[in-house]
Amino acid sequence: MLKAKNRTGLVFFPAFDWAIDPTHPEREERLLYTQDQVTEEGVFDIDGIEEYKPDLITIDDIRRVHFCVPDEESVTTQSHLIGAGGATAIARAVMKKEIKNGFALVRPPGHHAMRVVHGGRGFCHINMEAVMVEYLRDNFDVKKVAIVDTDCHHGDGTNDIYWHDPDTLFISMHQDGRTLYPGSGFPEELGGPNAKGSNINIPLPPGTSTEGYLYVVRNTVLPILEEFKPDLIINSAGQDNHYTDPLTNMKFSAQGYSELTTLLKPDIAVLEGGYSIEGALPYVNLGIILAMAGIDYSRVVEPDYDPEKLKQSDFVTEKIKKVSDLVNRYFAQRQELREKAGKHGQLQERHREIFYDTDNIFERQKERVRICRECSGTVVIDSSASPGLHVLAVHIPRNACKDCIEIGYQAFETAAGKEKFKKVFLQDRSKGIYKVKSR
Amino acid sequence: MIIGLDVGGTHTDAVLLSSKGVEKQVKVPTDVSDLFNTVLSGLTGLLKDISPHEIKRIVLSTTLTTNAVVQKKVDPVGIIVSSGPGIDPEFFRTDDNYYPVSGSIDHRGREREPVNEMEIISAGKKLADAGVDYIGAIGKFSTRNPSHEIQIKEILKDKFKKIFMGHQVSGNLNFPRRIATTHLNAAVYSMHKSFFNAVEKSLKEKGLNVPIQILKADGGTMNLESSMEFPGQTILSGPAASVMGSIAYAPEKKDTVVFDIGGTTTDISIFINKVPLLEPVGIQRGKYKSLIRSLKTYSKGLGGDSRVKVVDDNLMIGPERMGPAMAFGGKVPTPTDAMVVLGIMDQGDKKMAMQGIDAIAEELGVSTMKAAKNIFHQACSMILTEAFEMVDHINHKPVYTVHEFLQGYKIKPEKILLLGGPARYCAGEIEDLSGIETQVVPCSSVANAIGAAAARTTCEVSLLVDTEQGFAVSPEENFKASVPKDYSEEDVRKTALSLLKTKAIESGSDPDNIEVETIEFQKFNIVRNFVPKGKIFKTKIQVMPGLIRRFHNICGQSSGKDNIKGEKKK
Repeated sequence: MLKAKNRTGLVFFPAFDWAIDPTHPEREERLLYTQDQVTEEGVFDIDGIEEYKPDLITIDDIRRVHFCVPDEESVTTQSHLIGAGGATAIARAVMKKEIKNGFALVRPPGHHAMRVVHGGRGFCHINMEAVMVEYLRDNFDVKKVAIVDTDCHHGDGTNDIYWHDPDTLFISMHQDGRTLYPGSGFPEELGGPNAKGSNINIPLPPGTSTEGYLYVVRNTVLPILEEFKPDLIINSAGQDNHYTDPLTNMKFSAQGYSELTTLLKPDIAVLEGGYSIEGALPYVNLGIILAMAGIDYSRVVEPDYDPEKLKQSDFVTEKIKKVSDLVNRYFAQRQELREKAGKHGQLQERHREIFYDTDNIFERQKERVRICRECSGTVVIDSSASPGLHVLAVHIPRNACKDCIEIGYQAFETAAGKEKFKKVFLQDRSKGIYKVKSR
Repeated sequence: MIIGLDVGGTHTDAVLLSSKGVEKQVKVPTDVSDLFNTVLSGLTGLLKDISPHEIKRIVLSTTLTTNAVVQKKVDPVGIIVSSGPGIDPEFFRTDDNYYPVSGSIDHRGREREPVNEMEIISAGKKLADAGVDYIGAIGKFSTRNPSHEIQIKEILKDKFKKIFMGHQVSGNLNFPRRIATTHLNAAVYSMHKSFFNAVEKSLKEKGLNVPIQILKADGGTMNLESSMEFPGQTILSGPAASVMGSIAYAPEKKDTVVFDIGGTTTDISIFINKVPLLEPVGIQRGKYKSLIRSLKTYSKGLGGDSRVKVVDDNLMIGPERMGPAMAFGGKVPTPTDAMVVLGIMDQGDKKMAMQGIDAIAEELGVSTMKAAKNIFHQACSMILTEAFEMVDHINHKPVYTVHEFLQGYKIKPEKILLLGGPARYCAGEIEDLSGIETQVVPCSSVANAIGAAAARTTCEVSLLVDTEQGFAVSPEENFKASVPKDYSEEDVRKTALSLLKTKAIESGSDPDNIEVETIEFQKFNIVRNFVPKGKIFKTKIQVMPGLIRRFHNICGQSSGKDNIKGEKKK
């Protein structure tokens, strides 16, 4: 009789009637073979595995995280709301201790969705992990959260949303941005002045195999988690580092994913990318589920698995060691780096150009954060999209100090009077207020 | 006229129905050690003074399989599984006669590793040496491609009396359940065969030549011939019989909850618009999970004879039954005793019932009447709670498409039907507690036999079409055909329908009365490197459980002596 060691919750929402377009990688067929494999294996019958129904998240859930331009309805579809709702349903069950851990197998993905959303980027519109984390922070006693993004693409959306938040540790391990979309995620990208070192980026060379991934997990990810001591560990479980993935150049395997999951012990895993829908996803997803439930996964091996072909070169091994050590050094210096970043009360500005590949939108951003020793600092974003609107968005953090709140409201009022902003947004997380002024 | 016979744990009920209603009913005690004579004496009693030529249909519902499984009186079975990658098949080991072998078929039915003949011959030899006569061959994804199971059967066919293949039991995916179900079919086959052959023979001797139909757990019937391949489907047909017998009272276009209140347990089931709800995958009872189609019933260990006791100043009712109620010679107080004390039930030894409830009252520190009231109230509300939890559970069932999610049908019971001995006494309380119109099913004591008699022949067909690989396949129907790239949705529906009709008629359906329902229809574009390569269609259609035409409202009409119509609540 098969019994899970850990009570594990699953949300399975393959959105069998939703696609970006019929031949897009993010289409109906994506989780079909995973569903077949998981059903045929009898996973839902295993004692200790619980299937949950996803929630349908609301506009208010989105407004804790995003500024949707022009509004939420225009940039999301029902599938996004249910996908993110899969994550919140699992998270709630974990917090209520109905389950020890859980995995939301949902689509479409979300980790490329940034704080300001003008449309779809990297097949993502709504950041599921962020929506879930902020839902948890408002409804349960959760403060410190770690999000470990193992998708092969840099989780630039999550990275952006938590760029200034020292209570959220974001770690992304991904294929080097010089060789893959979205082109970012280098070790020096450590977060804003108030949160340096709470953003960890580990670019890996093309050709990284299971050995390399597990090395980084043991040598960097686990020690950092150990030091950060999060209340919750979340895994953005993208599966496109698989050796059969058509969009990437890595050599990871189902066995590797299972072992990574066993090492990481995530409380919640959320499916992100992964486009080898026949050769990888059925086996990788099964392996992750079994690993989370504490069930033997030693026979979850792809039919065409050949360890000889999947060995990584010495050159790659050396590169991985170097980047891993570099990231460790940066993390160790995080307090120093924060102090060096500037003086209390100063404003720091960064300019960015963001391309929305899915919806063909180009955005220019001027983001200003108040360096603050008392809170995470208010952030003011001047964003103009083409095609799209020119807007200004003010984010006041959960733990905002009096000065930051005041500055935030001032920025909102001032911008509201300016002709050039078609919309002005205020997201006051300290009071749970969201305001929009349009012209 | 048609006959229905339902073997219960203590009694066996048989009815003779005409289009006017119940013509005759017979109740005989069940002899668990001799079910053959039980069935025969029931039928003999019913057929007295009736010309065999008038009988057009006979449906039997027996506990043969259920008893054999409970009493572990089944044949030893050898199992050979070919699993490929995934969960270790050792987890699904049935017993010592279990041999995992090589071979792998993937999710799209492609062979990834062939089976190894030597390995199979060696497993077969070990099974034959262990004295096994019946074996099952089960492959992972055999419902997508049964070739490995067929090869195993070919290799070993001369060594065993019968070899059962996993892909034939159901089109549903679920490898562990496929193993368990194939094992069950093989284990009860010889007993099932000799029993029903004997019944058929005796009926022929009585001049009855109509084909025997057997009731299944899904509330439908199959003929004797079909049952030989899937004898396991007859397991737990008893609860199905009662449910089918109450259909006539379920309102149209509304949701109904049915309680079958017995001595030990209460079985709960649900109708949506007069159609009983089915288990999505198959029967499950505790740890036993199968691919056997079944009505969705939930059994709660609470009935008229459940033991009542006081634990930490709280009333505890059930789940154990220690014998009959004290009012009927039992040793411990029960809800039935409470009803006798309250005067709701005008039977049994009231003095003995009082004595039992007194003891409870003393422990609780309340009057005897108050204790009886509390017991009665608690028993009724426990049953209701259970039912609403079941409804809630079904309503929270996950769905896999945006459309289903947004349109998600929510069951909202607007009527309660009661069956079973204590039913008539509880109706008032249940209606008051729930606020839902409650009715006792008239002639509820033989509703089970009526349900069996009039149950429609049911079956299900799954069809998978893969236009990239160019095939349409339904291995359980032994069907595989080549299809062109432009095979359409319409073609898929047509093919599935024709497979279902053939199967239904072979199983004994009236060709003019096949009510088809699509349970699942999904369509996927197969795209590789941004180029459409074909389509995958998955569909599952069924003949819905229900009553055969001319008898669909049989309970509503009164005939014979039994007062069928007037028996309302209180």
